[in-house]
Amino acid sequence: MRSQLTPAHAVSALLISLCAAVPYLASALDEPFYVIVFARIMVWAIAAISLNLIMGFGGMISFGHAVYLGIGGYAVGILAFHDITSAWIQLPVAMGLCAVVALVFGVICLRTRGIYFIMITLALAQMVFFLSVSAERYGSDDGLNILWRSEFGSGIIDLEDGAVMYYTIFAALLGCLLLQWRIVVSRFGMVLRASQSNDTRVQAVGIPTYRYRLAAFVIAGVMCGLAGFLQANLERFVSPDMMNWHRSGELILMTVLGGTATLFGPLVGAVVFLLLSEILSTITIHWHLVFGPFLILVVLFARGGVMGLLGSRAARD
Amino acid sequence: MTDGPRALHLEARGLHKRFGGLQAAADLSMRAQHGEIHAVIGPNGAGKTTLVHMLSGFLQPDSGSIVFGGDDITGLPAPGRVQRGLARSFQITSVFREFTVLENVVLPVQARQGHSFRFWRSAMRDPALTEPARVLLEKVGLGDRAATPAGHLAHGEQRQLEIAIALATHPSFLLLDEPMAGMGPEENRDLIDFLGGLKETHGMLLIEHDLDAVFALADRITVLVYGRAIASGRPDAIRQNSQVRAAYLGEAHV
Amino acid sequence: MDYVLLIEQLLNGFQLGIILFLMAAGLTLVFGIMDLVNLAHGSLFMIGAFVGGTLTLATGSLMLGAVLMVPAMFAIGVLVETIALRTLYRRSHLDQVLATFGLILFFNEATRLIWGPEGLAVPLPDFLEGTVALGAGITYPLYRVVIIVIGILVALGLYLLVARTRFGMLVRAGASNRVMAGALGVNIPVLFSLVFGIGAVLAGLAGLIITPITQAAIGMGEDVLILAFVVIVIGGIGSVRGAFVAALLTGIIDTMGRSFLDVILLLFLSPNAAESAGPALSSMLIYILMAGILFFRPQGLFPPRSATAAP
Repeated sequence: MRSQLTPAHAVSALLISLCAAVPYLASALDEPFYVIVFARIMVWAIAAISLNLIMGFGGMISFGHAVYLGIGGYAVGILAFHDITSAWIQLPVAMGLCAVVALVFGVICLRTRGIYFIMITLALAQMVFFLSVSAERYGSDDGLNILWRSEFGSGIIDLEDGAVMYYTIFAALLGCLLLQWRIVVSRFGMVLRASQSNDTRVQAVGIPTYRYRLAAFVIAGVMCGLAGFLQANLERFVSPDMMNWHRSGELILMTVLGGTATLFGPLVGAVVFLLLSEILSTITIHWHLVFGPFLILVVLFARGGVMGLLGSRAARD
Repeated sequence: MTDGPRALHLEARGLHKRFGGLQAAADLSMRAQHGEIHAVIGPNGAGKTTLVHMLSGFLQPDSGSIVFGGDDITGLPAPGRVQRGLARSFQITSVFREFTVLENVVLPVQARQGHSFRFWRSAMRDPALTEPARVLLEKVGLGDRAATPAGHLAHGEQRQLEIAIALATHPSFLLLDEPMAGMGPEENRDLIDFLGGLKETHGMLLIEHDLDAVFALADRITVLVYGRAIASGRPDAIRQNSQVRAAYLGEAHV
Repeated sequence: MDYVLLIEQLLNGFQLGIILFLMAAGLTLVFGIMDLVNLAHGSLFMIGAFVGGTLTLATGSLMLGAVLMVPAMFAIGVLVETIALRTLYRRSHLDQVLATFGLILFFNEATRLIWGPEGLAVPLPDFLEGTVALGAGITYPLYRVVIIVIGILVALGLYLLVARTRFGMLVRAGASNRVMAGALGVNIPVLFSLVFGIGAVLAGLAGLIITPITQAAIGMGEDVLILAFVVIVIGGIGSVRGAFVAALLTGIIDTMGRSFLDVILLLFLSPNAAESAGPALSSMLIYILMAGILFFRPQGLFPPRSATAAP
């Protein structure tokens, strides 16, 4: 019924194929640097997808979403610091911790709306940020080095192998895209999208929206925790900077750049944002001078982000 | 409708509500019978919409109680009231503008089928949701508009959709807040017929400015002035009531 | 713990509260009246420090620098409002967050370009050096006393402006009901520019005031901005009175927590546990306070009247 192909579909397919092929392309072009660049992009894309779920489809503008990157990352870092390197412990701890934190934060934030919601999510994330700064045992500002990446113990998934690390992230990205798609079109997604459009009306058809919004908030936190887990492993390093509020702003930015409430917008946005900063920063160290006004122009004139420009209709494309 | 709506009455008992210096409801009592259309009329600022908000659970009264089907529902949140069969429409059209017409009706159908913590299967490909929604759209005359985004509908069609959304929750009782607001005479007549046809199966509380429509439809009328019910009775009695004429109707209408 | 330290820390907390109030006052009015999420308010704090600092160094007098900074910050504020923010009022909060985030990046980088990455040190004039005896064996740095006095004077002036003047009446009307302010025949764009300009002056003043203690640095406004958010949320958006109470509350609780929480924790925990939990917990204290207040009063301590009125 709505399966007509748009340029947005083509770009999305192209990007996925590109992500799949990067390790080969990079070695063919003898530019191994691009493997790490795209691995980073994909990790950010996962985080942006998780934000898109609540912000794009649920209208909850969380300005503290990077906190789950930090929590997921520190779960790896701190456990590894104590010589617990099994992924089967680290991953559940990372995601479980994010679930608990998101639940607590969500209970507080979701009682409020609009500007309050934005500021409170920011403040609560800042609280965890300062907590990590004050944790002298775990490196305070300097962060923690991670000597061993998470061990899955099977021999098949050996993250110490760069290619395996890359394709693990790739697989996680595909999984998150798939999950996002199913959630958005499901009954749960109907409620979530409707409550963004008109929350009072949803309640007036007999659906208590608070619990659905809270559930979405927790799902997004857990998914972003997965991104944190991957980022810590990729960089072999965690620090408070992972949850600096600038990171939360950048997550919002990527999502909007790509196109909020579109399935592939966060991925597109992550690619555009990180490649653009990579390129601009090689031209001048003062690239923010251009980048700041660029953002304002995007907000003012390119409302649907890249996907919007490519003719994507929001939501299901 | 398989689970046939039960005969439930809606009662307000001594409702009070103040906003700062404004008395929106003062010792307001009324009883709306099942199988009847009970119209509430009154000048602007009489507290009609406040009454609907209180009855539907979007505002808590300062004191007094609301009884539906014999149960006190005063403390029950809005969604719980809908689940018991008390649905409402809105004065300002509040359809989901980005959703298609069909999606607008699927949501309330989904709401009556239990919780929505279902994360995988596509809602719009689930016949258990779309079939009843399509049947209902045919009934209100929007059958051929199912795939249109609700925001693209004409105003009159949006008002129809507004009522379809309320009906899709399978209510036994409907609270209709100015369903005819902004509609043309012809659309008005259609809607009057349609609402009249619902009387068999539904109780209705109707707030309406269009007095012709009110007198054509209502079995009972309550007149609100400054949050107080100054009269309640059969349309004829209301027409004759001198207090009502003085306070509200004015000589021109009689 | 001895009471001299206690009172000193209380004064320090009071002083932090004053700085926060100067930031929060402008911010809360902009939020309340214009419904605008302005992240770049922290940049105004930073710009105030750099511009005021430069004027101070050029004139050789902190007083003169501060006086000259006022029209400069007012002009910058009005300029930012007119060029960048005015188009955002009708936009979604998301657009506002993004655009003002872009402004922060721009201002940080522009500052780096103009003043260099090292920041700017502004010396304290001799006559403000030294301490004053407050009696009962308590001495306190003179400059910090001056900060507190200036803050109280500004708060008083702002109170008179908002409570007693026609301008203030319009501001209050705008904060609680924008439509009504429009109906009063107010020139809304001018009112907005004025409010924004005043907010910029207050933020700039706060930035300059602390520069002799901390020196001006890039991004210095951001931590203060987030604290100011906490203040506004606690106080209630749009309420200057709420901002004042919440700013002092936040400043004092934060400072006291950092100084005494580990001592208090010693009563319950082992020295080792208290020493590691103390800093962590004290850095979280005001956020816990905020969460607690919000849980019981989602609109803050002094919600604007419209928020509780009829829908």
